[in-house]
Amino acid sequence: MTNTLIDARGPRFGATLTTVVLAIALVTHWPELIALQLIVFAVGAFASPTKTPYAFIYKKYVKPRLAHEVPLEDVRPPKFAQLVGFIFTVVALAASISGIDGLFTAAVALCLAAAFLNSAFNFCLGCQIYLLFTRLTQRSNATV
Amino acid sequence: MILASAFGFWFNASRGRIKGANSAVKAPALSAAELGTPFGSRVTLLQFSSAFCSPCRATRALIADITADMADVVHVDMDAESHLDLVNRLNIISTPTTLILNSAGVEVGRAIGAPKRNQVVTALASVV
Repeated sequence: MTNTLIDARGPRFGATLTTVVLAIALVTHWPELIALQLIVFAVGAFASPTKTPYAFIYKKYVKPRLAHEVPLEDVRPPKFAQLVGFIFTVVALAASISGIDGLFTAAVALCLAAAFLNSAFNFCLGCQIYLLFTRLTQRSNATV
Repeated sequence: MILASAFGFWFNASRGRIKGANSAVKAPALSAAELGTPFGSRVTLLQFSSAFCSPCRATRALIADITADMADVVHVDMDAESHLDLVNRLNIISTPTTLILNSAGVEVGRAIGAPKRNQVVTALASVV
């Protein structure tokens, strides 16, 4: 089985833009901006992290300026991270629409923390939560 | 943001650090049948990986490179998701987690997160 490999710097650049967008949305309490970020996450999660507007900016303006050898990574980890971001922004937007401001703030803040960690520390969300999630769902299936 | 940064620094510093196992445990972590291959005559490095894990790939390449010319070391990369019974029993929480097993299959240490080259080399040298 061969897995698609992509330029590892693309998703990390995307995470940096995501961090900025989420920080602005959090500070200004701006649901429309979250809706735009939700679309970006949806493209990344359901198409590919290389198809998002952020990836387009990366390819067009950033990549040509980078001289180093291209570090490759499997496309699935960043895709998973985009899915988690998508879920958080769906929750945030739903909270905003139903007028639950506290939940909106909490969801955006958690999403921002994850994006920031990814951007600044190359934090791998899938490594930390995917197996836990699988173990938990497996356990609940076993007890039913 | 400050909290997240503090977490990030701590997190990156702690990844890959190799911790010694509870020395009271003398039972093999798993059988050779579960491993799918005989144990290494000195050390077995049992790596647990998952699909949504970038550093797993790097860890696999690093360990394969270090152990390539070590006849007494066996490196097994196991997909955590398809071995959930082992994952539960060995208490694997995140990927990559690499167990260091001695010739009897007893866990003598584990690295949570991607280890650095010198950490792997040191750990390998410490197993008699």
